[in-house]
Amino acid sequence: MLEIKDLHVSVGEREIIKGLTLSVKAGEVAAIMGPNGTGKSTLSYVIAGREGYEATSGDVRLNGENILDLDPAERAAKGVFLAFQYPVEIPGVATMTFLKAALNAQRRARGEPELQTPEFMKRVKEAAASLGIAPDMLRRPLNAGFSGGEKKRMEILQMALLQPRLAILDETDSGLDIDALRVVADGVNALRSPERAFVVITHYQRLLEYIRPDSVHVMAQGRIMRSGGPELALELEERGYQDYIAQEAA
Amino acid sequence: MAARQETVARVESIDVDAYKYGFSTDIESEKAPKGLNEDIVRFISAKKNEPQWLTDWRLEAYRRWLTMPEPRWARVHYPRIDFQDLYYYSAPKSTPGPKSLDEVDPELLRTYEKLGIPLREQEILAGVETRRVAVDAVFDSVSVATTFKAELAKAGVIFCPISEAVHTHPELVQKYLGSVVPVTDNFYATLNSAVFSDGSFVYVPKGVRCPMELSTYFRINEQNTGQFERTLIIADEGSYVSYLEGCTAPKRDENQLHAAVVELIALDDAEIKYSTVQNWYPGDSEGRGGIYNFVTKRGDCRGRNSHISWTQVETGSAITWKYPSCILRGDGSQGEFYSIAVSNGYQQVDSGTKMLHLGKNTKSRIISKGISAGRSQNTYRGQVSAHRKADGARNFTQCDSLLIGPNCGAHTVPYIESKNPSAQFEHEATTSKISEDQLFYAMQRGLSAEEATALIVNGFVRDVLQQLPMEFAVEAQKLISISLEGSVG
Repeated sequence: MLEIKDLHVSVGEREIIKGLTLSVKAGEVAAIMGPNGTGKSTLSYVIAGREGYEATSGDVRLNGENILDLDPAERAAKGVFLAFQYPVEIPGVATMTFLKAALNAQRRARGEPELQTPEFMKRVKEAAASLGIAPDMLRRPLNAGFSGGEKKRMEILQMALLQPRLAILDETDSGLDIDALRVVADGVNALRSPERAFVVITHYQRLLEYIRPDSVHVMAQGRIMRSGGPELALELEERGYQDYIAQEAA
Repeated sequence: MAARQETVARVESIDVDAYKYGFSTDIESEKAPKGLNEDIVRFISAKKNEPQWLTDWRLEAYRRWLTMPEPRWARVHYPRIDFQDLYYYSAPKSTPGPKSLDEVDPELLRTYEKLGIPLREQEILAGVETRRVAVDAVFDSVSVATTFKAELAKAGVIFCPISEAVHTHPELVQKYLGSVVPVTDNFYATLNSAVFSDGSFVYVPKGVRCPMELSTYFRINEQNTGQFERTLIIADEGSYVSYLEGCTAPKRDENQLHAAVVELIALDDAEIKYSTVQNWYPGDSEGRGGIYNFVTKRGDCRGRNSHISWTQVETGSAITWKYPSCILRGDGSQGEFYSIAVSNGYQQVDSGTKMLHLGKNTKSRIISKGISAGRSQNTYRGQVSAHRKADGARNFTQCDSLLIGPNCGAHTVPYIESKNPSAQFEHEATTSKISEDQLFYAMQRGLSAEEATALIVNGFVRDVLQQLPMEFAVEAQKLISISLEGSVG
């Protein structure tokens, strides 16, 4: 599904990602863990195609296709979804309006017929109900005045609606209390399927108790330093990231 | 319902690739010679068989105009206008006074067709009872077609070209013309008073709720012809009227001067809603050509508890100089101003409002949304004042600016004056940019850069769009997207 080979990424003059290699198969949930400031969010941005995050060398392939030359909307239509660490407020634009515009833009790009309002409403309401999102929130401007937990739930709602092939969750657990975390995790688990891959970026092991990863990768100094199974997360929880930071110093 | 659908369908069919209204209609015009002097003023007056008092009124304005300097205080820059190099009168040649649409030049009707104006309201002709929009079509200077007059007459509403009202209702015209914008008011209004060609006249009698929205489409067509529209709307005691003004203009290389005057008068308990969608040619991508729009619009809340509301969507013109205002004279009267001003390319906008609180317990509300893109400059200029006797005057002003791209400017110039200690004035202002975060977020969800911008901008102007009648809101939303094309990426 996702193949990243020897990727180097610079933001401005500074190189943030320095030769990262990562492979995530369809159906897999890969967790990326690491200390702050090691380029985890940069990795999510470069996969999603944010301007200013320039891949100076290396490769990012989605189902065999190099996506580095595509703009964010084209990548989205191919199934890339990023759940933002800090979801953005769009004042004056009703959440429902935004969701419909986004879904139909993707469908158009894929040559699929646009969804008519009744069918769309049905899907949104179902997804909202399963995430405990009140219907009146869908009429409010997107993310404007939402609490941290509401914003994160709204990200998962969008993911459920857009049905991506590759979903990247960037610190989705940050700012969530334990109940909200459970709701969000349930939402993610409900979307797990053999055709879909997840990249779960997190600082803490906590989220992984609810979203069980198939693989865990330690990211530090702009690289994947170590990969392993779920047990690696527990080890990190116990020992912290000092080993990897120490390596940096050495 | 069908009329509305027709409008919506027409608007949706507007090609979003370019300014589409750049065609001109081949109709012979009858022109006055170039330039301006007393003879030209007399010529215009004579062409319209005006009574002596009006000829004298025009001449007085002209003499006053000669003594006035052109205003220079607005944040707009343009080469000096040679007022002797303009035509001050042109009328489409046709048989005098067409009695119905059938007598109107078919070429003209085709022009409206291209513009998507549902002038021929089939359902009205078929006698379908639905919501109606009456169109008083102004082509260049002379109103050539007026629909639904009979229908309106039944309600006692007078809606006709002002040149006609001068003859049919001289007492009303003489009483109210220039009573809100006096001939001495300002350079452009005074010029208009001297040479105004035509425009709309509306009178809604006591206690009448006008049965339909009144609509005038303006269109500048004749090369180098200054346009001097004059509109006068009177809402008598306890009446209500909603008036829509929409504009498009064909593409021209020369700058075209437009100096209209609109006067609104609301008597006791009367309400006037005046909505404008302005889409005149803004100039090409280098900033050449485009309309110069110097307009004086003012409403007088003359009666107690009267109410005047201005809503405008300004997307066109090379230069816009326009401040629809309210004089809150009657006790308990209310004034409102809702504005969206979009500028792109090299457009310059200096627009806003004045709310002059004279009566007791008067209220006003200003919501202004400025959007600047390209290399444009967009200024909000507003004045709110409370007279010594205006006990309990209240104003709320919200003034938001949105910048798209690094080369445009947004400016806010509020003037607030209170001579009464019980007045309460609030002013809120924000300036923001469409952030990269917002754009990236929306694009990550699948929207193109332009779709994302349009969506964000529509969110920004939503408060004001909601004030427009439905047909206009759809048109306005489309126009805003069209105006901002090419402003991102």
